[in-house]
Amino acid sequence: MESSVPLGGYLAVGLMMFIVGVVGVVIRRNPIVIFMCIELMLNAVNLTLLAFAKYGPIVKGADPTQTAMAGQMMVIFVMAVAAAEVAVGLGIIMAIYRLRHTIDVDEMSVMRG
Amino acid sequence: MRHMDRLKYFEPWLIAHPAGAALIRVLFFVVPILLIVPMLIWWERRLLSWMQDRIGPNRVATITFKSGKKLRMFGLLQAIMDGIKLAFKEDITPTAVDRLIYFLAPGLALFPAFAIGATLPWGPQEGICRLLTPVANVEIGVLFVMAISSLGVYGIVLAGYASNNKYSLMGGLRSSAQLISYELAMGMALASVVLATGSLKMTEMLEFQAEPLWGVQKFFGIDNPIQNWLVFTPFGFIAAVIFAICVVAETNRTPFDLPEAENELIAGYHTEYSSMKFAVFFMGEYAAMFVFSGVFATIFLGGYNIAPIRALEPFSGLPYIAPMVFLGKCAFGITVFIWMRATLPRLRYDQLMSLGWRSLLPLAVANFIGVGIWVIGTNQGGQVDPWAGLGAWFIAFAIFFGLYMAIKQTGKERLGTALDKRTIELVSGNPANAIAFAKPDKVEVAVEA
Amino acid sequence: MPEWVDGKTILFAMLAGLAGATAIGVVAFGNAVRSALCLVLNFFTLALLYFTLDAEMLGVTQVIVYTGAIMVLFLFVIMLLNLGSPAALEERPDYIKKALGFMFGGALFGVVASQVVRPFIETKQVFAPDNYGAPQGMGKALFTTYVWPFEMASILLVIGIVGSILLAKRRV
Repeated sequence: MESSVPLGGYLAVGLMMFIVGVVGVVIRRNPIVIFMCIELMLNAVNLTLLAFAKYGPIVKGADPTQTAMAGQMMVIFVMAVAAAEVAVGLGIIMAIYRLRHTIDVDEMSVMRG
Repeated sequence: MRHMDRLKYFEPWLIAHPAGAALIRVLFFVVPILLIVPMLIWWERRLLSWMQDRIGPNRVATITFKSGKKLRMFGLLQAIMDGIKLAFKEDITPTAVDRLIYFLAPGLALFPAFAIGATLPWGPQEGICRLLTPVANVEIGVLFVMAISSLGVYGIVLAGYASNNKYSLMGGLRSSAQLISYELAMGMALASVVLATGSLKMTEMLEFQAEPLWGVQKFFGIDNPIQNWLVFTPFGFIAAVIFAICVVAETNRTPFDLPEAENELIAGYHTEYSSMKFAVFFMGEYAAMFVFSGVFATIFLGGYNIAPIRALEPFSGLPYIAPMVFLGKCAFGITVFIWMRATLPRLRYDQLMSLGWRSLLPLAVANFIGVGIWVIGTNQGGQVDPWAGLGAWFIAFAIFFGLYMAIKQTGKERLGTALDKRTIELVSGNPANAIAFAKPDKVEVAVEA
Repeated sequence: MPEWVDGKTILFAMLAGLAGATAIGVVAFGNAVRSALCLVLNFFTLALLYFTLDAEMLGVTQVIVYTGAIMVLFLFVIMLLNLGSPAALEERPDYIKKALGFMFGGALFGVVASQVVRPFIETKQVFAPDNYGAPQGMGKALFTTYVWPFEMASILLVIGIVGSILLAKRRV
């Protein structure tokens, strides 16, 4: 079976989102936006995983059903980890805000010594 | 081919193309909802006034003849007149609002109701009804309902943020916390239903509910005459109660209307909205009420089936009766909504959170496990012993009652202490009150109680 | 019109464009709420892209988990901070950082695009079975082959809940 959309299309979207996420993490100073950029990167990877799940297997001799399922399972676990990460991460941001009344990442330099 | 039998019905009077059929389905679903909303507002105002021993709106739509005789129509057109008034009012946009989001929010508030309603089947999946309903028989029906209802919060949160008003923002904040909390319990309740029916599709849930009760073919020697509506199954009943409470919270109706609590937050998230934009929020709330009543009717109350009696099945299949029955069940759900509003006072914020997290969520999880046991127990022999069904009912009822008592007790304790403290402070702290309540033994009583 | 243009490719192009535009919006908007809104739209578009990949179950999960829960949490925190002190969310521009970020991003893009994406640019062969994204199959896989990671994920979530409650509590 052939799809009219090539695998490269999905990978390109994923790559685009990932790069935007990376750039965002580097250039922004608001930890909440940085966090959002991390979520963006995770989702880019999810899209790539699903694209490979549909268009795989790339390895010769692998079972297509198994490969498709493996990709989806990875996505599920990434989602679970992301949910836990957000709960804890936003909690940390709130705690820092309560302590120092600022959340600018460049001002968080207590550990620098 | 499915497409071919579509052709057969549409040939005489309409377009045979699937897109045309889809358009017709959408119109058949959207137009009634838009027409029903004003009726709902009228019904709410009349019913509330009746319950509160008032008269309510009864003047609009009174026709006076030349002879002086008056034909009263119970103020039926009141809501439509209100709508016209809202449309012609001045549309004020405060200067400090975040314009894009301010304009976007009412639309976002209206969208989930329509999107969820699209999955509801108004009639059996045969004959003409299959063409007209549901708009989209999605494979993942219940999950779709969950997904879209979780988007309902955005309209409110964004309205609160964009208004640039602390009260609005607080309303939005409360709403987001409330919806996240109650969505969990709602999801667990729906999951237990899915576990019992073994399907996510709305139409298949209805097929499941048309079967004999508890899957028992012979009930003490006679053919089982009752349909398996989920509200009659032991664990389906608990799921129904939890789902109903969560739906009230999701639609921000009293007693869960904290986001727009008028004596704390002016009007909450829609304080800064006027004219048509406010009307859209209003419409969204009522459409959501209607659609969630529909979801409840479909999942727990047998959808378009007239009564839970199997002999009546041929009648509920008729294309003129089925939508009417479904509408009647929706009307019942809405009436319960209004009744709750007339009866229950608004919850405090801590009560809201503790009800959601400490009571409903554990109850829903326990129920989910119960359904698992029920399914395993019944699938072994393929059939359920009637006694097993009755026993399960008793166990479920006992658990439910115990939990209910526990919840009631904790609520009482907390509320009791809070009220007592307030009394003491009022009486002892304010000299004016001390004079007014100048009876020390009364104060003692208040402390002891 | 070239022969590769059909309904599916047009749909994909629209969704891909929307996903890219909203992703850029997340980083480009100075206002944190607008960034969050862009991200919501981005996640919703991703859910639709999952649907075009026939992964219905994951598409719906994406909407429930990301747009329905995680992003609401983000908005909640942003608004809470906004309510406390609106100035806390403002940023000062830092041009050196920006230049470095764009250079690094560009380099990463070049490497990955040429080395990873290019070989698959023409791959159109689909190997996955027709309804590989259906909830039944996924449930079966999740509770048989992947039961161990599934349990681990549940433990992780419990730890996450406990941790966030500890963090949020004022007095321990």
